[in-house]
Amino acid sequence: MNPETKTPLVRLAKREAMEPWKAWCIRIGSILLALVLGGLLIAALGKNPLAAYGTILDGSLGRASALRQTAKIAIPLLGTALAIAPCFKMRFWNIGAEGQITAGAIAASYFALFWVDKVPSALLLVIMGLSGALAGGLWALIPAFFKARWNTNETLFTLMMNYIIIGVVRWLQGGPWEGRPGSQIIPQFDSAACLPKVFGVHCGWIIVLILVVFIYIYMRYTKHGYEIAVIGDSVNTARYAGMNVGRVIMRTMFLSGAISGLVGFIVASGADNTLHDGVAAGVGFTAITVAWLAQLNPFAMIAISGMLAILSKGADTLHTRMDVPASISDIITGMLLFCMLGCEFFINYRLIFRGGKSSPEAPDGKEAVKHA
Amino acid sequence: MPDFVQLFIALVVAAITYGTPLLFGTLGEILTEKSGNLNLGVEGIMFMGGALGLGGVFYYEKAVSVPNGILAVLIGMVCAFIAGAIASLIFSFITITLRANQNVTGLALAIFGTGIGQFAGEYMRIQEGGYISISNELKVFFINSPFPQALQDLPYVGNILFGNSIFFYLGILLAVAMFLYFGRSRSGLHLRAVGESPATADAAGISVTRYKYLATVIGGGISAIGGMVYITTIAGCVWNHEGLSGVGWLAVALVIFCLWRPLNAIWGSVLFGALMILYLRLALPFIPTQLYKILPYVVTVIVLIFSSMRNNKEKQPPASLGLSYFREDR
Repeated sequence: MNPETKTPLVRLAKREAMEPWKAWCIRIGSILLALVLGGLLIAALGKNPLAAYGTILDGSLGRASALRQTAKIAIPLLGTALAIAPCFKMRFWNIGAEGQITAGAIAASYFALFWVDKVPSALLLVIMGLSGALAGGLWALIPAFFKARWNTNETLFTLMMNYIIIGVVRWLQGGPWEGRPGSQIIPQFDSAACLPKVFGVHCGWIIVLILVVFIYIYMRYTKHGYEIAVIGDSVNTARYAGMNVGRVIMRTMFLSGAISGLVGFIVASGADNTLHDGVAAGVGFTAITVAWLAQLNPFAMIAISGMLAILSKGADTLHTRMDVPASISDIITGMLLFCMLGCEFFINYRLIFRGGKSSPEAPDGKEAVKHA
Repeated sequence: MPDFVQLFIALVVAAITYGTPLLFGTLGEILTEKSGNLNLGVEGIMFMGGALGLGGVFYYEKAVSVPNGILAVLIGMVCAFIAGAIASLIFSFITITLRANQNVTGLALAIFGTGIGQFAGEYMRIQEGGYISISNELKVFFINSPFPQALQDLPYVGNILFGNSIFFYLGILLAVAMFLYFGRSRSGLHLRAVGESPATADAAGISVTRYKYLATVIGGGISAIGGMVYITTIAGCVWNHEGLSGVGWLAVALVIFCLWRPLNAIWGSVLFGALMILYLRLALPFIPTQLYKILPYVVTVIVLIFSSMRNNKEKQPPASLGLSYFREDR
């Protein structure tokens, strides 16, 4: 018989675990909520929200050419989200994917520009891919080394590394690799250095889908994946179990950077056919939210990156057809992220209202207290 | 006055102009981070502050026949502050109450805020059928120094000390106020305790939630003023998202560079402002201009590395930076 006077109106308790179907219901509900909020915004502009969403869907999926454009947006998002997943599983906040993509693109572009007449096309593409992966990995290894050795804050370090490498691209654009003098543009790659197309979209999508399976197996069924999970849960436990935490951090970051670098190669060679300072174009940041919202599950990432790509491509159509500024896609994406981030709370925690003893989950709660 | 002195003075004045938006952005983020919240959405917050602050002044001028300059400056600051505060309130609700990951939420806010900023800028342009701009009579109040001409004409120091826009002096006042607040007041001590060890602060009876909310919301409002300052003093009172992009991230970098100290932010922001424009004023033949522009980031990385290597207790990020607090976690 606790005295009721001191009990606050709402208390929080951690849930043990929620059935997956319930959790996914909450997540889908949050997506719907975000779409309703976005609809209200569109209505506030004096447009019909349903027509607007229809335009978004039609503009992104309606025709084969639109579908290809949407896929082109989704490929780097998905690839980079996969790259980020192992780091985030390890609670290593790598927000430098933007820079790692760019580093990979630089290395790939070097071979595309200067080796094109030295080796056959297939070999050239392989070299470009490998060098991109290596460059991205090495670029990611720098903050990882300092994290492992001196525990330097990786969030801020990786963030700064983005702007450094993007500055290097700007320098290459205006200096050593500039095409026509004064143009500030690096020349288009020779067709031998461009990824071939499969079903009308550059074959990067095949690489990325293979990576989905690879990351799934790597995280779930390998010793490396297990070490990453243990470090993410508790660094001290990992040390006690005899894991070399510093080495795992550096290894995982290298892998993450390498995949991002590969994405950089895919974007430069497949989509842009050149190198420019916007090669990553914010993908490194958006992919973080993709990975996180997918609960680091590679297959869920396909759905979420697809959804964001539909929004992004659809908003362009919305801009041309209904005269709504294209930046509305960023706003709706932001709302979507907010709602989905917020909804995890209702999956992980339980609200207990004062006097509300007849909650169906109360027995679970008592059990949990006993265990604790 | 010799030529190189004149050149130097011109450089410092320009550096201060470019540093002032950073000063606000940084001071706001320092306040936020002192409470243990790492708000990576500064970029978005400054976009919102820039667009909505400009919008506030524009519509004020449109509504009134004889606009008052000082009131216009105030309206710009208040509009920007409110925009930033609302953005940070969303961030606070999701990270403090709903305990979501701060890095991810901050990035989401960066996407959302840049979207809102561009959307508002674009929408106002469509609505008004042309560029959103403030009249020249009103611009003067944003750009010119509040001090009398006689002081500005003092040899050597006049222009540097008295020739800057009013925002620089407000920024200095704010930095000093924050320094006194953190170091000399009980409430500031509580705030730092919340940032260092929320569990300890909670046990001592300090309301962790309230301090985190207030610091983050006010900090976001201050950062947003930086965006407005950029648009009104540097971008010529026209919405220009190209110029503003990157300033917010630079402010995040500057927080590290300043080692979370408000007084360091004053000279730090002027230094970063100088690094931003140095390539225009001081072209060295052997360093390409584009590589100049990455200097602020390189310097920040070096500071970050050295501060972690020396492991000096005074020069660390707040210990709980980036972590959500739940009382029942151990």
